[in-house]
Amino acid sequence: MNIKSVLAASTAVMLAVPAMAEPQAEVLHWWTSGSEAQSVAVLQEQFKAEGGTWTDMPVAGGGGDAAMTALRARVLSRSAPTAVQLKGPAIQEWYEETGLADIGSVAEENGWAEVLPDQIAEHMKCDGQWCAAPVNVHRVNWIWGNKQILDENGIEMPTTWEEFNAAAEKLQEAGVTPLAHGGQAWQDATIFETVVLGLGGPEFFRQALIDLDPEALGSDTMKQVFDEMRTIRGYVDDNFSGRDWNLATAMVMNGEAAFQIMGDWAKGEFLAAGKEPGTDFVCAPTPGEGFLYNVDSFAFFEVDGDDKKQGQELLAKLIMGPEFQKTFNLNKGSIPARTDVALDEFDDCAVQSSKDMNEDAADGSLLPSYAHGMALRGAPAGAITDVVTAHFNSDMSSEDAVQQLADAVANAM
Amino acid sequence: MEWLERNVPKLVLAPSFVAILIFVYGFIAWTAWISLTKSRLMPKYELDGFGQYGRLFAAPRWDVAMNNLFIFGGLFIVISMAIGLLLAIFLDQRIRAEGVLRTIYLYPMALSLIVTGTAWKWILNPGLGIQETVRGWGFESFAFDWLIRPEMAIYTVVLAAVWQASGFVMALFLAGLRSVDTEIIRAAQVDGIPNHRIYSAIIIPTMAPIFLSAFIVLAHLAIKAFDLVIALTNGGPGYATDLPATYMYAMAFSRGDLGQAASSAMVMMGVIFAIVVPYLYSELRPRRDK
Repeated sequence: MNIKSVLAASTAVMLAVPAMAEPQAEVLHWWTSGSEAQSVAVLQEQFKAEGGTWTDMPVAGGGGDAAMTALRARVLSRSAPTAVQLKGPAIQEWYEETGLADIGSVAEENGWAEVLPDQIAEHMKCDGQWCAAPVNVHRVNWIWGNKQILDENGIEMPTTWEEFNAAAEKLQEAGVTPLAHGGQAWQDATIFETVVLGLGGPEFFRQALIDLDPEALGSDTMKQVFDEMRTIRGYVDDNFSGRDWNLATAMVMNGEAAFQIMGDWAKGEFLAAGKEPGTDFVCAPTPGEGFLYNVDSFAFFEVDGDDKKQGQELLAKLIMGPEFQKTFNLNKGSIPARTDVALDEFDDCAVQSSKDMNEDAADGSLLPSYAHGMALRGAPAGAITDVVTAHFNSDMSSEDAVQQLADAVANAM
Repeated sequence: MEWLERNVPKLVLAPSFVAILIFVYGFIAWTAWISLTKSRLMPKYELDGFGQYGRLFAAPRWDVAMNNLFIFGGLFIVISMAIGLLLAIFLDQRIRAEGVLRTIYLYPMALSLIVTGTAWKWILNPGLGIQETVRGWGFESFAFDWLIRPEMAIYTVVLAAVWQASGFVMALFLAGLRSVDTEIIRAAQVDGIPNHRIYSAIIIPTMAPIFLSAFIVLAHLAIKAFDLVIALTNGGPGYATDLPATYMYAMAFSRGDLGQAASSAMVMMGVIFAIVVPYLYSELRPRRDK
């Protein structure tokens, strides 16, 4: 093909375009770091390939805080973006504040209800209508281990918290830091919720951190949870204050620490450093039963104009498309929210994650992560985190912590 | 023409007056209103009484933040003024290279608090900074780990803030010292009065207004302190170094709890008023000796 015919063809295309309404989408998200930005670019290309115009609105910073501030300003000025990266109960909270678009037609056409686990589908609905589309499922309750250190000390991945404590004691005697941890509130909260799940079981987790049942919050089990948190505090090195999670992951990678408790985004760090699951590092669910999920999703605000509405529908369709779900999650280290995507190209940890998700969805132990804003709204979740991080970083007794927990939750309602 | 001449100043000032009316006092009023509502993610306007203030004062985290404000504010103001005054008196001894020294002491003020906070975070980190260095010299038991001890961490914030501000206070005091009438000092010297008495009985009392200005500048720096804490400790360990400003930020931008944020902002403003109003009163009242 020579240049002239290319020009002629492209002119023809350009002339042809205005004849039909072109899907438009303005997408507010905070996926700006390397692998995340790559993952969004995949969606962007697919959207353009279908003839749409994509206006990217990335707002970095503060783990989404900055993006939420931008969203608030846009909603107040009555020009909400087409689609916004939102997750968990925040979707319903925004729905109550401003209303969200109904994308039920796309969902029904593409049979979302059949391919999503019920618990996750529930997060995507506002008053029974579909108003958001999930892109991935992160499992939060993972424990990562340095294979070499564990082998040298003859330690298996722990399946109960007692085993974990025993392993940690052994490692400490051998002069190894048992647990790599970063002293940031959300990381403290991440460990806390895995301990709640491990010691209390799925039913207790539901009562305490989803239903905020005062009895569960003040129970002896909760006291044991705080006791275990105090024990775990002893397994962390001295410089943990304020450390970022990826630096903690690097400690496990470099053999400075044996374990890390962190969601599967940590796997991305291992893989990016060229480490192999099973040979360099091992992944296992944290001690206990259950699966804590952190699902990223896009919510659709109400917009005017056919081009924007078409944009929403196209976007929703693409986000839930098997092709995008696969490429996106291969990039990001999570697993597809759809249960019918072939996992051939995924690593062993992801395959296990997917298998556990399906099993736990069936027996009711597939639970939303409180530490990552999936279980509770901002205020009560923050109140719990305050207590957890204050206890973890001081010598507060478990009795006081339980008391404060009950007070804080009551105060945040 | 005459009318214009008389009214030009008013006309020129009007836009900025209106802007201040709206963007300062208007927004203060708006915040006060929001603090009396049940606003969460988005502002709501139905009044709901003082519930948000009740929640605020029941929150242990707010207690910690207010305590920290008094510890931080008190120490920061007192230590900065003491060091600033001392440096100013030393520099006032007509020493050589005064210009160079003055610039060195004043330079920290030119840094952004974010830079100060980050630098001190590294210096104070037990695994990287002073502790590790001194241990490297062979003092194995040396410990300086305030940054990671919840009960001591707030003092690291004081340390960094004092480092930043005392040079500026020095400059203020130096200007004050230089403005004291040299005739009086000479006369005192002729009378054989010792130097420390000259300072304590003559120079420092005449500098009273400078003390007041320094106090006001430092006090408002302390109350609005935010970036330093964010960079140095990010409120941690736990929330041990939270200040009212960081509390307000967390509530407004991370938690989606606008009502809480607004009520904490109002309390912060109350604290500022408690300091500034007596100052304004003393400045604005007609002086009796004139």
